[in-house]
Amino acid sequence: MAHHVLEPPITEEQVRALRVNDTVTLEGALYGIRDANQIALFDKGRKTKFDLRGAAAIHTAPNVKKVPPSPEHPTGYAPVCVGTTTSARMERFTRPLLELGVRIIVGKGGLAKGSLEAFSDLGGAYLAIIGGTAALETTWIEAIEDVDLDDLNPESIWKFRVKGFGPLLVAMDSHGASLYEAVQQESRSRRAQTLARLGVK
Amino acid sequence: MKVEPKAVEEVARELYVRALKVLPPDIKQGFARLAAGETDATAKRVLGTMITNIRVAEETENLLCQDTGIPIYNVWIGRGVEIGGPELKNAIRRGCERATREHPLRSSVVHPITRRNEHTSCGPGVPPIHIDFSDESEKLVIEMIPKGSGSENNSWLRMAIPAEGVDAIKTFVVDCVLEAGGKTCPPTIVGVGVGGTSDLCMALAKRAATRPLGSACADAEGAKLERELSEAVNLLGVGPQGLGGDSTAFAVHVEIAATHITMNPVAVNMQCHSARRASASITPAGVEYGF
Repeated sequence: MAHHVLEPPITEEQVRALRVNDTVTLEGALYGIRDANQIALFDKGRKTKFDLRGAAAIHTAPNVKKVPPSPEHPTGYAPVCVGTTTSARMERFTRPLLELGVRIIVGKGGLAKGSLEAFSDLGGAYLAIIGGTAALETTWIEAIEDVDLDDLNPESIWKFRVKGFGPLLVAMDSHGASLYEAVQQESRSRRAQTLARLGVK
Repeated sequence: MKVEPKAVEEVARELYVRALKVLPPDIKQGFARLAAGETDATAKRVLGTMITNIRVAEETENLLCQDTGIPIYNVWIGRGVEIGGPELKNAIRRGCERATREHPLRSSVVHPITRRNEHTSCGPGVPPIHIDFSDESEKLVIEMIPKGSGSENNSWLRMAIPAEGVDAIKTFVVDCVLEAGGKTCPPTIVGVGVGGTSDLCMALAKRAATRPLGSACADAEGAKLERELSEAVNLLGVGPQGLGGDSTAFAVHVEIAATHITMNPVAVNMQCHSARRASASITPAGVEYGF
């Protein structure tokens, strides 16, 4: 269970070194992605100005406030509260996202088999953050560096600059391992005994 | 007691922000209880991070979770409270909009077909405002619940039949907890509605999911069922965030209503670990905020 500090661009070699139960701290750029912006990219054919090769992305749509543009807030947005949303809704976007070059997806609740195969085929990993702990997560965000597809606000594509973002748990790796799949198998195997305990015939 | 719409607007605004920032004491105690009993090392760490987040949110006066949810307002009008009905509803809506604009908060509310976000946290039928009456004199109570989507997306209704008995209810709840896995941000409060019509059954589940921890179903059979289910779902090993462990749910809450001789409906609605709610009482003495 090694700890890794990763700063994008992340190489295939770096991401394939990650194994489930390892921990990761991210530094530098982190892209906020979401339902609406991935529907825009992958269903509606819109393009992003961001080069996502070697990128780390997080399933989020933050609370932001408008401020006068300044060197600290170049986009005119300051972060208020940045957290993580349930990844499962965005399952079908994992492969196209990896095809754009994304190496790391940060999310909560896990992704399914299709994503696990994409991580294996293309070289990627899923890092679990603790959902619902956005106040803490916000303290790891230094700034909103840039924004794209902002007509979808708050579901724009956000480019955050992060410092000491983690530790995050490697929950799905590029070698076919998924902590979620393991827990699901275990909990489903306990269904019969749980129903028996409840006196269900 | 005459209540001015302006006072209600201010309370509705304040409640949304308060609910998003400070967890009720019963939920904090629930965390302490789960953390003390948890045997899985990863789950212990996850619970520890959640508890740290509660502290950081209070210290930095920030939102606990980025999901501002669908804002829900529950209102209880006591005896002798004077306010126009439409004015009351409009005032709550204005307060909700103002909280969103003035804090500012992420508006998480869109039109269901165009997906357009008006950046007001309001839209057709939203916020839902549920109005009921209480026996208390000169007291208007407003409760605000920001209902996060991770948990709300895991809602189920099953119109079981009498021949399936209580076993159908128990099996359904266990299967919903398994299906939800980590998507609902466990540990959760599993709200179960039993009986009623289809819509009432779902509303009961929501009421159960948002009831304070430590409270019990007023019906003795319902209370017995919730005790049994609370113990059972934590045997499944889903754990905090679906990463394994003993702490899958703070509790299972059950609310019941009578139903038809041919029906046996059961509904499940879950509340995530960021089980946020805030309330205010408006009396002749002024406004008192609580949970």
